[in-house]
Amino acid sequence: MEITGAEAVIRSLEAEGVDVMFGHPGGAILPAYDPMLDSSIRHILARHEQGAGHMAEGYAQATGRVGVAIATSGPGGTNLVTALADAYMDSVPIVAITGQVPTAAVGGDAFQEADITGITMPITKHNEMVHEPERIAGAIAEAFHIAATGRPGPVLVDLPKDVLNATFVYQPAGKLSLPGYKPTLRGHGKMVREAVREIAAAERPVIYAGGGVIKSEGHDALRRLAERANLPVVTTLMARGAFPDSHPQHLGMPGMHGHWTAVTAMQKSDLLITLGARFDDRVTGNLAHFAPDARVIHVDVDPAEIGKNRAVDVPIVGDCRIVAEQMVEALDAALESGTSLPDLSRWWATLDEWRGAHPLRDTQEPDGLLKPQTVIRAISEKIGGDGIVVTGVGQHQMWAAQHIRYERPRSWINSGGLGTMGFCVPAAIGAKVGQPAQKVIAIDGDGSFQMTLQELATARTENIPVVFCVINNGSLGMVRQWQELFYGERYSSIDLGFEVPDLVRLAEAYGMPGYRCDDPDDVDATLDKAFGVTDSPVIIDFRCDPTEKVFPMVPAGASNDDVIESAEDWYGQTRGAPVDGDGEPGGQGIPDHLREGNVV
Amino acid sequence: MHTLSVLVENKPGVLARVAGLFSRRGYNIESLAVGPTEVEDVSRMTIVVDADRQPLEQVTKQLNKLVHVIKIVELEATEAVARELWLVKVSAEGRTRGEVIEVAEVFRAKVVDVDVDAVTLEATGSTDKLNALVRLLAPYGIRELVRSGTIAVGRGAKSITEGRALRLERSA
Repeated sequence: MEITGAEAVIRSLEAEGVDVMFGHPGGAILPAYDPMLDSSIRHILARHEQGAGHMAEGYAQATGRVGVAIATSGPGGTNLVTALADAYMDSVPIVAITGQVPTAAVGGDAFQEADITGITMPITKHNEMVHEPERIAGAIAEAFHIAATGRPGPVLVDLPKDVLNATFVYQPAGKLSLPGYKPTLRGHGKMVREAVREIAAAERPVIYAGGGVIKSEGHDALRRLAERANLPVVTTLMARGAFPDSHPQHLGMPGMHGHWTAVTAMQKSDLLITLGARFDDRVTGNLAHFAPDARVIHVDVDPAEIGKNRAVDVPIVGDCRIVAEQMVEALDAALESGTSLPDLSRWWATLDEWRGAHPLRDTQEPDGLLKPQTVIRAISEKIGGDGIVVTGVGQHQMWAAQHIRYERPRSWINSGGLGTMGFCVPAAIGAKVGQPAQKVIAIDGDGSFQMTLQELATARTENIPVVFCVINNGSLGMVRQWQELFYGERYSSIDLGFEVPDLVRLAEAYGMPGYRCDDPDDVDATLDKAFGVTDSPVIIDFRCDPTEKVFPMVPAGASNDDVIESAEDWYGQTRGAPVDGDGEPGGQGIPDHLREGNVV
Repeated sequence: MHTLSVLVENKPGVLARVAGLFSRRGYNIESLAVGPTEVEDVSRMTIVVDADRQPLEQVTKQLNKLVHVIKIVELEATEAVARELWLVKVSAEGRTRGEVIEVAEVFRAKVVDVDVDAVTLEATGSTDKLNALVRLLAPYGIRELVRSGTIAVGRGAKSITEGRALRLERSA
């Protein structure tokens, strides 16, 4: 029996086990929206295609399954671009389906035409424009396979309207033909044994766990490896939850706003056991000064990451879970044949001393303005390691990464690589759709929130009960922080105001409860009220101190040896104790090494 | 200078994918030649790239991540035969035409077109040899120079188009 290309699209998605997709209809994709009515797949109508894209990401990160976004041609596709770039940077498996103008019109600047495969080439793992209906099943099956395997990522399938409307005899996708695509999953045995030799010889080892541990479901293997050899662990921004924060071997998050001990442990380490991390500039600081004494084991499923930023001593291409398991086995075998584990007691004594001396600071004063950290610590207490926290991008994101105790993989979702403001609202919606039994807490900044708050309508009409906690400091806080510290307190275009929009009235306008809190003593009660609402999304407007800054901080371009732990610390360096003897006044006293080069 | 032989699936946009990857990762392509091979649906790109060893390794790894790239082989200069084809339109009339043709003969270049005041030569060889030819022709006036870009093949009996990946391609 003949069916249409559009029906073939829906059947192919069903064949992949898709239960939900996020999208927005329009001219060229209209044919696909008709058979959707008869499909088991739930379609969630976003209010903007970027929202649909981030929802698919949130869904994918919360579940480990491929998220699906669907949009029309032209602006539908271009509005997906930010979400695709975000998914590409953070290795999030999503498939985007876009309509395209009819084949005969392609290249002729037709209404709502955009070369979306050309536009997204650098920000997708793969993409394809389908030229005939017989190719639909294969293209979609390949898209899901490519998105989900190896290093995950976004794949886009572009479907011209005539291909969607054509009728033909549908054949489900057969065996995939991808001769150029063969991810290596198992680590090279010799290299794994070499890694174990390095571990046995190390005096100051650190496991540097990245997002790959979560993507590969490698958290148990990581834990076995860490516990077997008593290794300290740091979890990057993308790996929060990959190793329990409550575990005594966990040192916290490394990087620009990482925990002091995590940053310094890597810096002083003699062996970095790198699992699914990529030596990103936010982790390494000034690369030339990063962990100068460390030998490096680097495990990654993407061979191009190995040696890209940091020279490697033991390169292992493979899936993090599989390789970590191989390492545990090889370690056991080595121990049986007489190798002994190194005595790390001195290293642990040092690390424990650091942890005691360098905790995160609590800056809340009883009668002072509400501090964002107070709100975030209260949320952490309230959820006690359960639920899923989703953030936008900015100060609130860093506080949420620092101050919340993460105990499980996929309990923390954020935009790490691309740093996409506006990620939070739609990603939290997608996460809640994927994990309806979990409490989903969206922690957003007032700037980030305003970039995608139209999706509150989606949460309301689709009845997706997310708790939106807005850390409202009336400004673009992270930009403000940099202008204070590095631009001599010359504030430029950071003032958002607390009142526009009035978030409580905004909640009302969107048909959901809204609460406001500006008193440290009311935080708990307000959270209780909001958490008590389980049948509707809810917004809390936390009015916070706009001058609060994220610390610790390693200024961009600085060495990780120079962690600044507080504002006093920074002004002490730049005002009190002049750098290089010239003692420039105020925040303009930027150490010379921070002025150099392409520092972002 | 490094010469990469890149076997790709002959799919729409594959050239844009490869070329785009070089430019966005900041590598310069010195020359690029592409055409079909003896294997159906497999094209071969010969890319000459000016990069140091470490960046070259990175670009190769990034290229390998393109789904349509099947295989990449770096051809070492001593282990491969590399050739270019140049078409050179040289000013030549009367007395000088003979001289131009004489130079061409020395380089085993062929005259492929003649007009009253110009001849067009076809020359193949290594880039060095062709540079020498053009240096000798320069005094007569080069009107146009068209270069095919380098193509190269490894010496000996071994073939880079044989192998598991390509057999899969053919059986699919």
